[in-house]
Amino acid sequence: MPKLTYNSITYTCPENQTVLDVLHAHDVPVPSSCHSGVCQTCLMQAVKGTPPEAAQKGLKDTLKAQNYFLACCCHPDADLEVALPNSGTARSKATVKSIDRLCNDIVGVSLICEQPLDYKAGQFINLFKDNTLARSYSLASVPAQDNHLELHVRKVPEGRMSSWIHHKLKSGDTVEISLPVGDCFYTPGRPEQSMLLIGTGSGLAPLYGIARDAIAQGHTGPISLYHGSTTVEGLYLMNELRQLAEIHGNFNYIPCVSDEPVTDQSIRDGQVLDVALADNAKLTGSRVFLCGNPNMVKAAKKKTFLIGASMKDIYSDAFVPAN
Amino acid sequence: MNQTLFQKLGGEAAVDAAVDIFYRKVLSDDRISGFFDDVDMEKQAAKQKAFLTMAFGGTNNYTGMDLRRGHAHLVKRGLNDSHFDAVVEDLAATLKELNVANEHIAEVAALCETTRKDILGK
Repeated sequence: MPKLTYNSITYTCPENQTVLDVLHAHDVPVPSSCHSGVCQTCLMQAVKGTPPEAAQKGLKDTLKAQNYFLACCCHPDADLEVALPNSGTARSKATVKSIDRLCNDIVGVSLICEQPLDYKAGQFINLFKDNTLARSYSLASVPAQDNHLELHVRKVPEGRMSSWIHHKLKSGDTVEISLPVGDCFYTPGRPEQSMLLIGTGSGLAPLYGIARDAIAQGHTGPISLYHGSTTVEGLYLMNELRQLAEIHGNFNYIPCVSDEPVTDQSIRDGQVLDVALADNAKLTGSRVFLCGNPNMVKAAKKKTFLIGASMKDIYSDAFVPAN
Repeated sequence: MNQTLFQKLGGEAAVDAAVDIFYRKVLSDDRISGFFDDVDMEKQAAKQKAFLTMAFGGTNNYTGMDLRRGHAHLVKRGLNDSHFDAVVEDLAATLKELNVANEHIAEVAALCETTRKDILGK
């Protein structure tokens, strides 16, 4: 059995266990969240030995070249000595600029990075509370327009990370963040294409970034953003989005509320996906962005594909529940 | 590999053109769509592409054993000849939509036929 060394202590790796399993079994605190190779929270570096290729899937080439790997997908085939990522290479420091209440259970967190971060609106970063706890948050900011990073954090019932952000974190604090991850973002080209953006809750964050990024990059086709909430109160950034729609003729904002009666004529009644599909019977040639509740994202992927969106034009970022 | 058929059909570009149409047909086909309820769509689309490349006579790395192993859990759920026929039918309809000549469609169907026993675990 291959040997795994971390912090000068050596463990054996049983065949069916990942590096993360082995370290957690010995109470070594390694931050992790999705346990399925998506969120990259459990990023580690092999300082001796080479991680298997399967454990590097989805990593940036620069990280691969430095033997970074995902502990949750790493079944070592030879001895490895591993370390948590260094500050400066895979992680960087940021200062909290402000924390603003956006609605009842969502706050906006603005961060100023020590080093400029090369990212695209709609990607996500992992925010570290300490060396053992981290969660992924999408970027609502647009690099060319905003000099800070903006995250929307929903208070998860009994969520350790979101409780800390909502109740303890304050402006002036320093935090560590990962490099940006993910491929749910706007790419230039085909500016006349229709864009359909559907999100629930704080899944608005990446969509808000993507829509403004597309507009800033000169997208001329119609951009329709459907934001779903169970309550009217949960429709945050309404004024900003309405203003955006007033300024840009090709941008359309459609707020939807599913679980309470709506009196405001400009708010649509129903599940956001149903409303969006009722308005868009055919999506041939459209670009689709889906963010938020995993069940909605999964259903929306299939439904938008079946009515004509090409698989390569469907981008999604579902919340991955912490494990 | 049947290079002539693959070239006649238009190579990789033809596979790209066919994959969305074919996968859409499969997902909308009540006879077989149930088998795809819980799959990850991106991963499945990549598999559909590999399958189409094989069916078009292109290079593929499938062995009979891979096909057996890959479909064993579906055979347990009742995958049988009628479902296999439905997939071949959806593929033929896809090619028709792309204006592929009938004789080439027949060649593709014949290539699919060579995998039937492995896929159904017979």
